[in-house]
This record gives sequence, structure tokens and C-alpha cells, in this order.
Amino acid sequence: MAPGGDQQTTVLPEGQSRAGEVPDVEIENCSFAFNSVPVLRDVNIRIYHGDFVAIIGPNGGGKTTLVKLMLGLLKPQKGRVRLLGSDPAKSCRRVGYMPQYSTGEKGFPITVMDVALLGRLGLTGIGCRFTREDREAALGALRLVGMEKYMNKRIGDLSGGQIQRTLLARALISNPEVLFLDEPMASIDIDGQSMLFDLLGELNKKMTILFVTHDVGLLSRYIKSIICVNETVYFHHEPKISPDMASLMMGTGEKCPVEMVAHGIPHRVLGRHERD
Amino acid sequence: MDVLSLPFIQHAILAGILASVACGIIGSLVVVNRSVFLAGGIAHAAYGGVGLAFFLSLPPLPCIIGFSLFMALIMAAFTVERRHRMDTFIGVLWAVGMATGIILIDLSPGYNVDLMSFLFGSILTVPVSDIKVMAAVDILIIGAMCGFYKEFLAMSYDMEFARVRGLPVRLFHFLFMALVALAVVMTIRVVGLILVMALFTIAPYLTERFSASLAGMMVTSTIANIVFVFTGLWISYRYNLTSGATIILVAALFFMIFIILSRFASCPRKP
Repeated sequence: MAPGGDQQTTVLPEGQSRAGEVPDVEIENCSFAFNSVPVLRDVNIRIYHGDFVAIIGPNGGGKTTLVKLMLGLLKPQKGRVRLLGSDPAKSCRRVGYMPQYSTGEKGFPITVMDVALLGRLGLTGIGCRFTREDREAALGALRLVGMEKYMNKRIGDLSGGQIQRTLLARALISNPEVLFLDEPMASIDIDGQSMLFDLLGELNKKMTILFVTHDVGLLSRYIKSIICVNETVYFHHEPKISPDMASLMMGTGEKCPVEMVAHGIPHRVLGRHERD
Repeated sequence: MDVLSLPFIQHAILAGILASVACGIIGSLVVVNRSVFLAGGIAHAAYGGVGLAFFLSLPPLPCIIGFSLFMALIMAAFTVERRHRMDTFIGVLWAVGMATGIILIDLSPGYNVDLMSFLFGSILTVPVSDIKVMAAVDILIIGAMCGFYKEFLAMSYDMEFARVRGLPVRLFHFLFMALVALAVVMTIRVVGLILVMALFTIAPYLTERFSASLAGMMVTSTIANIVFVFTGLWISYRYNLTSGATIILVAALFFMIFIILSRFASCPRKP
């Protein structure tokens, strides 16, 4: 695949529009810069309910920034972001968010159960204690990710993969309509990854899922769309990487540390193009 | 044990307990939030309040509390977004607060000996009126923790996640800073401005790794602080040493013993 090849591709910058339906996530002409360094330019995305989107791109390409814009954690300098049809600050409670795991939180004095319970924040009012119902919901979510037997363990005594699963439970506990996952597969072994994808595939029947990964080898058969981010954004409404996407990731000179090796994947992502 | 019947010793013990509670709770929050530098900034900027009290001949404690709250809220405004280079900004406020205090004291008529007690603590001369203010601040801190424990926990553990869950993190960040300012001002009475940070950080550092919850860490830090204060107070009385400095050296001794013991203990243990 030659970078910058002039093949005709089916790039749909705004996704396939569905008449009369409010998208779960809608981004219009958004640009974002960190300390006047542009991170994202002219982003247009529409994600409809039920989608399963992989957000891929090189390190520093703006994947996490894109997710934070969708959640309202960052405000675009230009353009408009809508989440579930309204301002993200209003609707963010209806989504689940699993942030990128950092080793910094290892020393924090908190148990697995208490981390999961924090996902009930916003459902249980400010100044109120968590109820028995909250605890049961937390236990249910931990059971779903296979962490219930560790519920009284300190987060610092767990492995990276176990912490990731706890953070997933925290995101799931509020029954979100949209689930955002930032690098959910990092520090999880291959078996764990395929189990996690099976779980996400099951959850996708109820909720829209967006997940960030820098590892293109990690795309599974459950994925329905791919967003490729490297300052500019391509939305591909198929679980395949188009030549345009590849060139966006690989063809920009120094910004190309992306793993395009498709090893051990249950699905072909570097696919033939039907029109070739 | 007839020492305990002396009123100034009773007051010192009471002040020590009250300050230990404030430092144990707020110190834990500061340590898990990695905001020790911020607390140091507030502690030193509080010196401006000392100068202001002398300059305007106001009662010291309310004046320092007011000034520290003001500085804390300015810092809160600049740190709530975790902006780039916020540590520089804290450093500037730290220096400006102290410099303001010194200039205001220069401009005040006469040299006041009492100033040294703000720098190095004066637990043996704490007036009853200050003990009442401390008790009120303790009740406020405990009340805030009981009422908003899960909010403070959420904010400390993962601020962005708390925001996504709809928590008004800005409001709680301001509240956190205000509580830090109150706790700092109280600790100044006991161990002095210079030594505030040790009582704030040593006990929470020691208890953090053994605690399964933030609340547990707060309680054990409080107990550890009380042990430090009482031991230090007794040694300083027995050998006629400066009480604030003695308390800190006692805490530091515990700290070193802990480090050495945990080295030995962690060797054969598997993670």
C-alpha cells in the first residue's frame, strides 16, 4: 500500500447519515489546539446508536483528545460537539467512561469495590451516601468483568489488567447509553482481550461503544466502524482500513509509529478493496 | 503526673489533639491529591495574614484565617483545570505572601516578640479563645468529610471521571482549598509556619500504604499525629526544648524507623 496512493475510497467524513435520527455523538467543524499547537483540525463525525467504533491512529495523533471533546472534558476552540443530542456537560451522566490507565493511581488507598461504586456518582445525589442498591449494582458490574472475588482488595495490589477491568466495571455500573473506552486493552493479555471483546460485543446490543486503540492489530470482528485520527479525522463506516487511512497514519513523515502488523487477529482489517 | 494539672499543659494537649485531627484528615486529602506543594504555598502565603494582623492591629487568628482563605481561593482558581505550569504560579503566590507579611511588619510600629510564635509555634501559650476557634474548625472539617466523603473521594481518585459523572468538581476543588487553608492556619498555632508541612505529610505518608480506604487513612493519620504531638510535647517539657521543633523531630524519627523497617519487611515479600 503506497502512502498517498490515489485510489478511490469510500470515505464518509460525517458517517452515513440516518434520516430523522439524532446521533449519539455529533461533531461539527471542530478544531482543537493545546497551547496553540493544533491537535485536531476540522473534525466532522456522526455516530448513531448501536455503532461499535474503533478510534485508531498514532501516538499523539489526538485520539484521547477526540474522546475528551466528545465527553465535554475539553472544549473545542471552533465548532460544536453534541452528545446524545445536547451539550456534553448535560448529557455526560448518561454515558460510561473508562479513561486511559495510568500507573500513578497504584498508591491510592481504595478498594476495588469503592472504585466501582464511584461509577454510581451522579445517580446517588451529592451529600448522600451510597446505598445498598448502589453496592449491589457495583457487585453486578464487578461480576460482569470477573473481578468480584477481588472486591475487597486494594487497587494497588492488583495487576494492570485487573485494574483495567475494575475501571471498566466503574464505567458500566450506570447502565450507560454510550460507552467510551480509552485504550481498554492495554496491559491485558491475549485471552483477556478476546474475552473483553466478547463482553463488549454483548454490551453493544444495548449501547453504542467507542474505543481508542493505538494497536491496529486489535480490531475485532465486533467492530462496525473505524475512526482514524492524526490531526485530521477519517470516519470509515466499515471495519476496514482504507488506503486513505493508512496513508493518513503512515504517510506523514515523522508521525508514523503505528503498528500495522496484523498478527493473530480474528478479522481481516488490511482488507482487499472491493472495487480493486 | 501533676504536670497534667497545669492549665497551660492542658491547653497544649487540647490544642495538640485538635490540630492532629485537622492535619490527619486534610493532610491525607492533600497527600492523595499530590497537592503537598499547594499546601506549602498556602502555609507560607499565610504569613501575609500575620503581617496584616500586626499592621492593622487586628486579632491574629481571624485575620490569618481570612487572608489564607483568600490566597487559597486564588490558588484554587488557577489549579482547578490542572493547567500547565500551575506549580510556578503556586511558587509565586508562596513568595508574594511571605514578602507581603514582612513588608507589613516593617511598616508596623514596634517589634512584636509574638511574631516568633507564628514562625515556630507556641503550643504552650495557646489562649483558650484560640482553642475554641480550633474546635469550630475541626467540627467544620469533620462535617464536610462526613457530608461529602464520596465526592471528595471521587475528586481525589479521578477528577476527570468525576466530571463526566456530573460532579461539580470546580466547587469541590474550591472547598478542598478552603479546608486546606483552615487546617494550615490551625497547625501554625501548634508547630509554626515553618514546620506545618511535616505534620501534614509524614503521618499520611506512613499510613497511606496500609489503608484500604481514604477514611481509614484519615483516622490512622490523626492517631499518628496525636502520638507525635504528645511525645514531642513531653520531651520538650522534660528537656526544655522548643515544642514545635521537637514534635517534628519525633515525627521524623518515626518516619525514619518506618522506612528502615519497611525495607526489611518488603525484602522477602512478593508483590
